[in-house]
Amino acid sequence: MRPSPARLLNILVPVKRAVDYAVKIRVNPQQTGVDLNVKHSMNPFDEIAVEEAVRIRERLPKGSEPINITALTIGPPKSIETLRTALAMGADTAIHVEIPESAPAPEPLGVAKAIRAIIEKHKDKEGVDMVILGKQSIDDDLGQTGQMIAGLLGWGQATYASKIDLNLEQKNAVVTREIDGGLEQVRVKFPMIITTDLRLNEPRYASLPNIMKAKKKPVTKLTPADLGVSFEPQMEILKVTEPPKRVGGAKVESVDELVEKLKAAGFNAV
Amino acid sequence: MNGQKVIRRLLSTTSRFNALQTPRATDSTDVLIVGAGPAGLAAAIRIKQLKSDLRVVVLEKGGEVGSHILSGCVLEPTALYDLLGKDLSTYSSKYGCGEPPLGVKAGRSEMVWLTGDTSSMIPGQRAIRIPHPPQMNNKGNFIISLSAFTRWLGRVAEEHYGVEVYPGFAGAGVVYSDESTEDSPWVEWGGKWGKQVTGVNIPPDNQHPQVPRVLGVLTNDVGISKSYTPNSTYTPGLFFQSKLTLLAEGAHGSLSKSIIAKFSLRKESEPQTYGFGIKEVWSVNEGHIPGKIIHTLGFPLDKNTYGGGWIYHMDNNLISLGLVVGVDWENPYKSPYKDFQMMKHHPFIRSLLSPSTSNRLAYGARTLTEGGLQSLPLLHFPGGALIGDSAGTVNVAKIKGVHTAMGTGILAANAATEALSSNSNSLSTYTSSFLTSPIHSELYSIRNLRPSFHFPSFTKHHLGVLGGILYSGIDSLFLKGRTPWTFRHTQNEEERKQSVDSAPSLDSLRTKPTSVTNPIQYPPFEPPLSTDLLTSLSLTDTFHEEDQPEHLRLLTLPEAKIGVNLSEIRLEDEGEEESPSTSTSTTPDSQSQPSRSQHRQNHVRINLSHYAGLLERACPAGVYEYVEDTSSPSPPSKNETENHPQENEDENKSSWKNKKLVINAQNCIHCKLCDIKVPSQDITWSVPEGGGGPKYTIT
Repeated sequence: MRPSPARLLNILVPVKRAVDYAVKIRVNPQQTGVDLNVKHSMNPFDEIAVEEAVRIRERLPKGSEPINITALTIGPPKSIETLRTALAMGADTAIHVEIPESAPAPEPLGVAKAIRAIIEKHKDKEGVDMVILGKQSIDDDLGQTGQMIAGLLGWGQATYASKIDLNLEQKNAVVTREIDGGLEQVRVKFPMIITTDLRLNEPRYASLPNIMKAKKKPVTKLTPADLGVSFEPQMEILKVTEPPKRVGGAKVESVDELVEKLKAAGFNAV
Repeated sequence: MNGQKVIRRLLSTTSRFNALQTPRATDSTDVLIVGAGPAGLAAAIRIKQLKSDLRVVVLEKGGEVGSHILSGCVLEPTALYDLLGKDLSTYSSKYGCGEPPLGVKAGRSEMVWLTGDTSSMIPGQRAIRIPHPPQMNNKGNFIISLSAFTRWLGRVAEEHYGVEVYPGFAGAGVVYSDESTEDSPWVEWGGKWGKQVTGVNIPPDNQHPQVPRVLGVLTNDVGISKSYTPNSTYTPGLFFQSKLTLLAEGAHGSLSKSIIAKFSLRKESEPQTYGFGIKEVWSVNEGHIPGKIIHTLGFPLDKNTYGGGWIYHMDNNLISLGLVVGVDWENPYKSPYKDFQMMKHHPFIRSLLSPSTSNRLAYGARTLTEGGLQSLPLLHFPGGALIGDSAGTVNVAKIKGVHTAMGTGILAANAATEALSSNSNSLSTYTSSFLTSPIHSELYSIRNLRPSFHFPSFTKHHLGVLGGILYSGIDSLFLKGRTPWTFRHTQNEEERKQSVDSAPSLDSLRTKPTSVTNPIQYPPFEPPLSTDLLTSLSLTDTFHEEDQPEHLRLLTLPEAKIGVNLSEIRLEDEGEEESPSTSTSTTPDSQSQPSRSQHRQNHVRINLSHYAGLLERACPAGVYEYVEDTSSPSPPSKNETENHPQENEDENKSSWKNKKLVINAQNCIHCKLCDIKVPSQDITWSVPEGGGGPKYTIT
């Protein structure tokens, strides 16, 4: 898993095709999920991850060895659009693990195992030095995949990154993390997992010339069987409902009135 | 990053940022099509069928193919069969994009008159069956979602035929050659177009100075902030050079407007007239009859307003319903959005949409062309042509335009392939083929129906739309358009000449001032059956990047500079070291502050003093608001003598009598109504950053 002499760095960026963030979602009539017949696009946190990988390349001093950025997605045939966007933003190659259209969405543990399998496949070739992905996806908000990959591989992890400073000579990175209390800095060694938070960067628009060039970049297609993994769901979703509709409030004129209303609602003085 | 270097230099100079002067990338293609709607995609597919090695590129401003399109929609599949074959069962295997989403077969059609009081906007109780014209017989047609159909057609074009489709990239500007060395299309068509197509028989003037040709299209810039300065993501649009450019932008397209004006394509035509359609899609568990088609007249429209409603029962328990109103409505207090909401209060419709068994899923609105043959501009120009509703081929009698749009796309594609093989940039053969096509005969037979609704004599004798219905009944049933006369939309030549370019639009001229009209008291909404506008708007999922200039520009068409000459733009390999010239030509983006404020102030003055702020009522997305100006006023004389624009006084200069215009550009659903209907005719709709706008999926 060392960077091989041919390349300075190999970065793997898993991206997910999710419901577009601007769409107003609706619960489906069966109450098993959300109506998916709407616009999809790349998970915004994964866009930030792709952008960061491209910026890492741009920040390298001139004349450095090239780095390789591979985008990866697990999804139905339509997910290839998401890979094309990543390629248009600056990824060099892409891997599409294709699952049938009708299959349920993969869960984080399944995704993590698949990514482990891909990384092990690469061990014999050039190896993967860094996996950078979004901290969570906006459809399930689970926020587990990055941490699970680190656990399965035994790699260091820096999650909720808002700033990444790579130190290639020392083979580590200092990452600023967003935590509840403020900011935390950690040093993590290669190979590493980083998950991105909102303030890390602002992703670029894929320009039309880059989109056209992206069509020529190679995409490797794999099946779950090729990786020896199964995306059989481990969780069963029992019910999905909308949050209860907000009922109107009322203003009160005095403290006495407030006490009256509280008593009427069943709150009694202790 | 070439662009970044230039930006730093640009920002360090004292001249204002001129987006046109940033060097931009170029690409070239054989055919460029602006708009991935039925017309554009049909043209793209046909070209590839005829000569698959031609490069065909389609630009689409919507985030996905199908995001910006909506319609009733009952599809007459004639053009589809023409394009892809008559046997629908073969489509899935032939084209590999699954079954075509043709919804349900059209079943029984009926027409009803809804009773109601249009002065109080309270519906009556009855829906009276009336006979409908033979054109509205729907045997063999399908009730579809045009958004879903277009999305499928886009896949066929891309995956099977290898057309390059780029959603998220809008055609933002037209590039003309610097020299005018082409023959004007009027050299060949002067006197002919008016005589044979529009019925506008003006003697040809034989004055045809040479004209430039269209070299291609600029895609939209990204990363320009609200204050017209570039930010960190700034990338200038691409200059797409093309041998032939087809405009398929739909009704009142922004590039089409520029081209029609540049080449005087409406010289021998009537101005375009429009209808405004508002639509909702509901899922209904009771009372759903797949294939049922109902058209309504009467309530909520009064006898002087052209239009009608529809209820189409689609597949999957979905119902499409809506209202089309002629944009030439007279009363500035009218709100077509509210008209439509009130229409749902009529028992005939209310009974279908009960809260316990139905659920509203989608909402949208768009203008459509109604002018027919009389308003068709000459269809071609040096370097390209207009297809679909950019020309205006809707058949108002059938209330269908998709088949004619696709038909013109096919005709243009035939001509384009031929022109490319003979190295010509003239699509004159497209125009000639149109004259002998079934589309022309179809539009010819119904050409007098729409104009008959506004005969001055009918209005004088208080017949209004009833007179039109009477005439249309006779013409469509018996005469079938075989009359020596062709009615006009305009009342005289002066009115025609005034409106042939896009502004002032004929529809805006028909608006009466508040001095002679009465306010309309609409009853309250009854959610969930009828709701306020912003609740409906949330169903469109419309969104635009916040920090960008308003795309609804308070500028006239020439000021908006949608068309530029080749020498006005800079191309990337023209030498990176050149410093940006302080060009004397100003783009509207670098328009000075005082004049921008002056425009706004003028706009507010006209719209509030005479038209009660019409746009606030008419816009289906709540973009326009006339509100109190809460910033503190400074003495008027100081403002007038001031030479230097000052930021903190700007607000005052743009307000009038303490009222100012607020443009919530983020809400826009790209319907183009404001451009057409604003009484002051000073709004030019132009494309926002690509990908913004509504996200229709089932409309």
